[in-house]
Amino acid sequence: MAETTPLWAVAVLPFVLVLVALGTAHFDALLAADPAANPGREVLRLLVQQRRRTNAADELLTRLGVVLLPVAAVLAAVVLPLGFRSVSDLADGIVWFNAMEALAWAAVWLAGWGPNSTLSLIGGYRFLAQGLAYELPHMLAITTAALGAESLRVGDVVDAQSGLWFAVWMPAAFVIYLLSAMGMAFWGPFDQPVGRDVAGGAAAELSGVDRIVFLGGRWLLFVVAAAVSVPLFLGGGHGPLLPGWAWTLLKTAAVLALLVWVRRRVPGVRMERYVELAWVVLTPLAILQALVVALVVLNR
Amino acid sequence: MNDVLFWTLAVLAVASGVMVFRFDSMARATFSLLTSLLCVAGEVLLLGMDYLGIVIVLMMTIEMAIMAVFMIMYMMNPAGLMPMTMIHNKRGAAVICVGVFVLLAVGIFLAPWPGRRGKPPADVTMDLGMSLMGPQMLTMMTLGMALFATIVSSVVLATRRGRYDRLGDDLRAERSDDPVRGGVGR
Repeated sequence: MAETTPLWAVAVLPFVLVLVALGTAHFDALLAADPAANPGREVLRLLVQQRRRTNAADELLTRLGVVLLPVAAVLAAVVLPLGFRSVSDLADGIVWFNAMEALAWAAVWLAGWGPNSTLSLIGGYRFLAQGLAYELPHMLAITTAALGAESLRVGDVVDAQSGLWFAVWMPAAFVIYLLSAMGMAFWGPFDQPVGRDVAGGAAAELSGVDRIVFLGGRWLLFVVAAAVSVPLFLGGGHGPLLPGWAWTLLKTAAVLALLVWVRRRVPGVRMERYVELAWVVLTPLAILQALVVALVVLNR
Repeated sequence: MNDVLFWTLAVLAVASGVMVFRFDSMARATFSLLTSLLCVAGEVLLLGMDYLGIVIVLMMTIEMAIMAVFMIMYMMNPAGLMPMTMIHNKRGAAVICVGVFVLLAVGIFLAPWPGRRGKPPADVTMDLGMSLMGPQMLTMMTLGMALFATIVSSVVLATRRGRYDRLGDDLRAERSDDPVRGGVGR
């Protein structure tokens, strides 16, 4: 069902993502009922801010990390279908998406390491250590969806859900995906890499435009990771009456709203607890889910 | 177009590979090596092997990130913030590196490569999976178990606190004695 996509979609994609991210951030600020959390105001404030300089900083690596985060998020969104069309429905789209998430992972470490500052270094290393625990269940959940469709192409995964959504018969993989998507975007209850207890962590020394690009990139990554759950588990553009793009938008908005609501309801998860949970419970659970799906697929 | 892309990636890969040994910072060396490997992934993509190319991007990025974790575990200079060099025995290392590179490059040009017989498969990923998981299944399983055993034994050797520290000499303690409480209520 892969339809060709016009070339202008490449240029439009980043703007659409930024718009969706801004909308989500606004909704989040609305729930927070805190005028200081308003993303528009925050961006304007940061735009006029002077760039902070630290002693013996590695400017090149800091900039690289800061810029790489939104770039990786946009590149990951290339395989994200709106309805039944994505900018490029790569044959190995699911692996591509995961590879770009991994680049974002490296970006946070770079941004934390670069400024030569203790707290940002702690933030960067925190994310590396946690990322290992997030990435494994995450990868297994994504693999389970690919296994169910017997294809690594996101378009094929959507097609395989014209009847039953994967979220229905792979509930464990779906929940693990949503949890680890928040983790991979170090967002919400999983924001310790940029947490308050380390004075902003990896983002501690970032100011002005750098800060907008880095924290904005985190919102982009979060939006993309949440939106990918729609083609992977929630049937993509499939649905009655409405056209495919409308269903995709509706489902994406629902997932984003759910996660933002969770962020405002759930306190920060203590890392040592979640990391152990991820290794001891979620990873085996994800393997078990993959096994069940593999058996179903083999007997089809 | 493909030629331009090939040469750009090739030159970038070799140049950033050389820079690994020129930089005096652990982080720059690590990410210079990553750049080099990502360029190699680009070359593989250019050859039409999409899956292998993207997997190289994924694996190498994670590998370099994990290397940064090991950096704090094993290095004398855990944060990697002090100047360092990747080379000991500078002259010898340079001679060996250039020697191996020249040897391999000359070998590539001098080897009598066989002409192509048949056509490339329609789905390279499928074929790769079949050849790995078909006739080579036993090798892959053995390899997997060997790697897993290595990981477990290196963790066992590296950990300072074993199960006797956690659960007492007869392993019968009600609650494990851990410096940090975990998340599953043990």
